[in-house]
Amino acid sequence: MTRDDDMLQATRRRFLLETAALAGAVGIAVPLGVKPASATPASMRAAIRKVVGEAPLNKGKVKIDVPPLIENGNAVPLTVSCESPMTADDHVKAIHVFAEKNPQPNVVSVQLGPRSGRATVSTRIRLADSQKVIAIAQMRDGSFWSGEAEVVVTLAACLEGV
Amino acid sequence: MARALINAPAQAKRGEIIEIKTLISHNMETGFRPDNTGKPVPRDIITDFICKYNGQEIFRAELFPAIAANPFLTFFTVATESGTLSFEWTGDNGFTATESVNITVE
Repeated sequence: MTRDDDMLQATRRRFLLETAALAGAVGIAVPLGVKPASATPASMRAAIRKVVGEAPLNKGKVKIDVPPLIENGNAVPLTVSCESPMTADDHVKAIHVFAEKNPQPNVVSVQLGPRSGRATVSTRIRLADSQKVIAIAQMRDGSFWSGEAEVVVTLAACLEGV
Repeated sequence: MARALINAPAQAKRGEIIEIKTLISHNMETGFRPDNTGKPVPRDIITDFICKYNGQEIFRAELFPAIAANPFLTFFTVATESGTLSFEWTGDNGFTATESVNITVE
């Protein structure tokens, strides 16, 4: 490799770095500028506490199926499934879904029973920002299990006017 | 009356787990969007959905503004006996809608 090539490489590398840094700065500035109301991870934790109470929240058993990258936050397909035999003695009683940066943390709460056969629910939700979605399952024995998914949203829901 | 669509099998074997898909037309106004004057548009959403199998409740959902317009819900149930699956939606401003489908279990 000649010296000229080296120079060129170095300049291009620097250019890429600078562009990346600029993009990063813009990316941080934009959401701050346009967000009117938004729940915080703290208010999501409060909403979860309301459901779970003092019981410990275990990780696992619950699976959230949601595309990792969303173009339009107005209708995001979401499937929550939970491992459970769904018998009279051992079944999922309820599934609650929360989103940390929506104006209100609650998304949906469903109640199931042994007659459900399978602890799987699908719906379409709105997401106001790139964020974490958490699903919590309440078992018949009173234990709580959670699963989570990170979602990147390019066009946010809830923010635009009429 | 809002238009509702139900997709459930008309026939099933006893004990089979069947999938039920429901869709109802409703714009699910969140209450967070501003109108032309900058004031938020009042909330108008469906808040509850109940599915009954021959009168017995098998599925219930509480919906929040984060549910997309035209709420779509899919869930499962065990086909126990022939009969009727009835669906009921209730919401803000006195919104109610009902729909039912028949199922034959062999």
